[in-house]
Amino acid sequence: MSPARPDPDALLRTAARASTGRLKVFLGAAPGVGKTYEMLSDAAARRAGGLDVVVGVVETHGRSETQAQLAGFEIMPRARIAHRGQPLEEMDLDAILNRHPALVLVDEFAHTNAPGSRHDKRWQDVEELLAAGIDVWTTLNIQHVESLNDVVASFTHVRVRETVPDRLLDNAEIEVVDLPPDELIARLKAGKVYVPHEAARALDHFFSKSNLSALRELALRRAAQAVDAQMLDDLRASATGGSWAVGERLLVAVGANPVASEVVRAGKRLADALRAPWTAVHIETTGERSGPAAAHLAQAMQLATQLGGQVLTLSGPSVVDGLADAAADTRATLLVIGRPQPRRWPWQRRLHARPLARRLPGLSLHLVQTSHAEAAGHGLRPPMPGIPAGLVPSFLATALVTALGQAIFARGNNITNVGLLYLLPVLFAATRYGLATGILTGLVASLAYNFCFIPPTGTFTIADPQNIITVGVLLLVAAVASQLAARLRAQALLAARSARQSAALAGFARTLTGMARPEALGDVLCAEAARLLDVRAVLLLGSADDLSILATTAPETPLAALDLAAARWSVDKGQPAGRGSSTLTACEWLFTPLMAGGATLGTLGVARGDGALPVRSDQLPLLGSLVDQAALALQRIRLEQEAADVRTLEERDRLRAALLSSVSHDLRTPLTAVLGSLRTLEPRDEEQRELLGVARAEADRLQRFVANLLDMVRIEAGAIALSIEPVDLAEAVASAVHDLRRALGTQPLRIDIAPDLPLALVDPRLFHHCLINLIENAARHGGEGPIAIVAARRGDGLDLMVIDAGPGLPPGSEARVFETFTRLEGSDRKGGTGLGLAIVRGFCKAMQLDAIAANRNDGPGACFTIRFPPDRLRQPSEPE
Amino acid sequence: MTLRLKILVIDDEPAIRRLLRGSLGHEGYDVIEAGDARAGLAAVSIDKPDAVLLDLGLPDRDGMELVPLVKAAGAALLVVSARDTTEEKVAALDLGADDYVTKPFDTHEVLARIRAALRARRQQGSEDSIVGFGEVEVDLAARRITRRGVEVHLTPKEYGFLAELCRHPGRVVSHAQLLRAVWGQGHENDVEYLRVAARGVRRKLEDVDVERSAIRNEPGVGYRLIA
Repeated sequence: MSPARPDPDALLRTAARASTGRLKVFLGAAPGVGKTYEMLSDAAARRAGGLDVVVGVVETHGRSETQAQLAGFEIMPRARIAHRGQPLEEMDLDAILNRHPALVLVDEFAHTNAPGSRHDKRWQDVEELLAAGIDVWTTLNIQHVESLNDVVASFTHVRVRETVPDRLLDNAEIEVVDLPPDELIARLKAGKVYVPHEAARALDHFFSKSNLSALRELALRRAAQAVDAQMLDDLRASATGGSWAVGERLLVAVGANPVASEVVRAGKRLADALRAPWTAVHIETTGERSGPAAAHLAQAMQLATQLGGQVLTLSGPSVVDGLADAAADTRATLLVIGRPQPRRWPWQRRLHARPLARRLPGLSLHLVQTSHAEAAGHGLRPPMPGIPAGLVPSFLATALVTALGQAIFARGNNITNVGLLYLLPVLFAATRYGLATGILTGLVASLAYNFCFIPPTGTFTIADPQNIITVGVLLLVAAVASQLAARLRAQALLAARSARQSAALAGFARTLTGMARPEALGDVLCAEAARLLDVRAVLLLGSADDLSILATTAPETPLAALDLAAARWSVDKGQPAGRGSSTLTACEWLFTPLMAGGATLGTLGVARGDGALPVRSDQLPLLGSLVDQAALALQRIRLEQEAADVRTLEERDRLRAALLSSVSHDLRTPLTAVLGSLRTLEPRDEEQRELLGVARAEADRLQRFVANLLDMVRIEAGAIALSIEPVDLAEAVASAVHDLRRALGTQPLRIDIAPDLPLALVDPRLFHHCLINLIENAARHGGEGPIAIVAARRGDGLDLMVIDAGPGLPPGSEARVFETFTRLEGSDRKGGTGLGLAIVRGFCKAMQLDAIAANRNDGPGACFTIRFPPDRLRQPSEPE
Repeated sequence: MTLRLKILVIDDEPAIRRLLRGSLGHEGYDVIEAGDARAGLAAVSIDKPDAVLLDLGLPDRDGMELVPLVKAAGAALLVVSARDTTEEKVAALDLGADDYVTKPFDTHEVLARIRAALRARRQQGSEDSIVGFGEVEVDLAARRITRRGVEVHLTPKEYGFLAELCRHPGRVVSHAQLLRAVWGQGHENDVEYLRVAARGVRRKLEDVDVERSAIRNEPGVGYRLIA
């Protein structure tokens, strides 16, 4: 690796910091250290310096010093949100976005918004403000930092639910508002610290000196860590040197248990310390999870996303196999696993660690000691084994075998054979109902065997040691068979489910390939999503500002305004929105954007009739696949349509070109014959001379009209093919005047074009036609006075003006003269076609020049200007 | 007895042929007519015309294909067409046409172009080393230029530009041909060189306005020396 190569990721992060708004966090160890006060006084200094500062939301909690600091600030009114008839006040995000100040003050970073707000959390509001390029200052207590949540709770015994993801702090400027614990306690005693009502009882403990010291240390350390991370980014971006560790990668194993979130947080802290990327992985081994376990898992995975980790779910025959695969896939160097919570069985203790160490020798293992208190705190006890299923049929089978055995035994057979018979109910119970039932059946069977057959019969005494082995074997068979069967069953379940999904997706993909219309695709997508996920589905296409429903399975339920807002959000940001996402969660639908080729084509909404979460977390990949495939198919349909449109256009262009060429030939040929014949005729007397003169003049006019008509058709059809080359304006004007010499007759003409002007970059033929039309127009409407053709520099550009000495343009009609077939009232023009100036404008536009009509300001007459911007000019280089 | 020059008119429009027959006949040429490409090519090989007026829009073949064939027979060739794009003009000139006139045309102009083309054909081989225009005389053999008898100094490129025009007096010389002759291969698109050279030549040799200059610009096509 070259030491001077900047790290692209670091460059991107630095660039993102530069283009979006900057976040500054006033971080405190505990309530009451004076964060809000500090923020306001700093902001007041900035405001005095001329910065545009507004207060988005600030809680003074009735403190008079803070209240006094607010004076002089522009305070944004809060939005009122009605929730169950109760009006709640929240920061008005949209008002601030519209107001767009340079800096906005937003107190209490970790605040949870009232239900019905756009975002669940205030930090999400802040993210949107930052994305809009607005700087934000905010306040935060250290206990609300997500990754420190456990740590703080461990010694304060106060757990806060409102947390802020660490990644927000990583890019923020952090100012620690520090107050020694003694002073804080003094302030508390003086009643200067606002304490939320519900926290009052925990107060004495929380504000102990040892707690406050620990919190203070945490705050200072977290701030130092953020500074460190930013410095490292800058260092990497500029590659100024130094060395940094390469490539630690963490894999955090997440189980479906109450300590999952704790393991995720521990993994995040470790990853931060190592400055390593990390992935939270869950290995799915059996069928669907029951309620609480699935909830723990979903919560942990969401937490991992919020903490900035990658999230991965894999299916595998066992946790160990799955983790091994995941470690190989992610090229992990360190695996973080939690010690299982209260052990139920002694062998579960080393469940993953030892086999994993064997499977992946290069992988370091990090065991997280999770707290039992955590589980207790969630009000959970270790699951009690309930009454195993299938006991009745299993015991009946045992009874049947006993009866059968009696019959066989009565015929004088060896009791060992009867012992073998007992394997049948045990295998039946173990394979069909699992381990517990199998073991119980094994016990019952061995007891029955002992009681009925082993001498002495009728007692539970065993005389022959050989028979003890038989009992042991029965139990062992039960254990092994049930394990094998359970694993097989789980595998079969998984395989069947994934086969079902694969088949559904394959069928879906096949259907999509044949689609030619977006409407048909929308119907199929909605129907398929509704069938596979058991939901109502709606597909909206278009941009965020212009969404329309393409297909729906629930036409009877229109989308509410909030639902539409979520749909627009998901299209605009390219992220899921609505119920089950982290944005606009109050609405009924979950919207997933259709992305293809970097663009968002639309969004698929799903909702359940009963108001439950539309999609379970284990169904999200399926929904993602559906949406991805539909997006690709939709893009393919669009591209095909575009290609077809282009073909149609090309065909039309070809026809038009052929028609133009044929028309121009058919019009010009007879004109040539007429004009040529008229010129060769010799008049015999004065009358004939006069008539011949009229005929020649009219034929000339007809010829010009035809030429203009053809040019106009080309402009209207957009069929102008440009061939740009540098043109000497003096030469171009000379050519035009030469071609018009006969039409101009004796009209005086003055040409004033300096020989050292830059060359004009134009299409010579189009420019020639422009000049001819302008000069002809001046000759026709400019009376008998002289026509001047003048080129003048205008800044770095150039004006070429054709000036006549006629009556000029009627006031107010200057712009109108360029319109097709405009003949101005009151002008004594004759013989014009009304096309010439329209052609001038059309050709000039094609060549990116401006055509301007005005009256002279130095006397009567009109002045038509072709304006060359600097990029249409070229100073000729010496041709040596 | 002078030998009358033969001119072949290939055009499918009888009216145009009639018009040209009259004008050319007045000037003392023998006129042969052909209504399509096949008859035209036959007349070229049988009658051996001195000059050919060729329309590009023929019923049986594109006139452009006939340009090299007519040139190979040694006749002076003037294209007379309703097609007026610069690309068509340049293409015809590059294929070997001596000049290009667009319809509707001025009969006098056609006659003047024919005269120039025929003169160029006569002078082939025995290159006329002295060409005069206005007050200027160019001695191509001695590379000497005089104005009112006084020698004028041109830069090598200006001289090359003027000399190339003088070798084809009265005929349009395309940009590409000029650039190839003076600046060499690879400079066929550097039209701005020609603009600068033309400015230099005019400044040193002429007092008149550009529109009366003997070095005439054909927009998008080339230059022509009015000798």
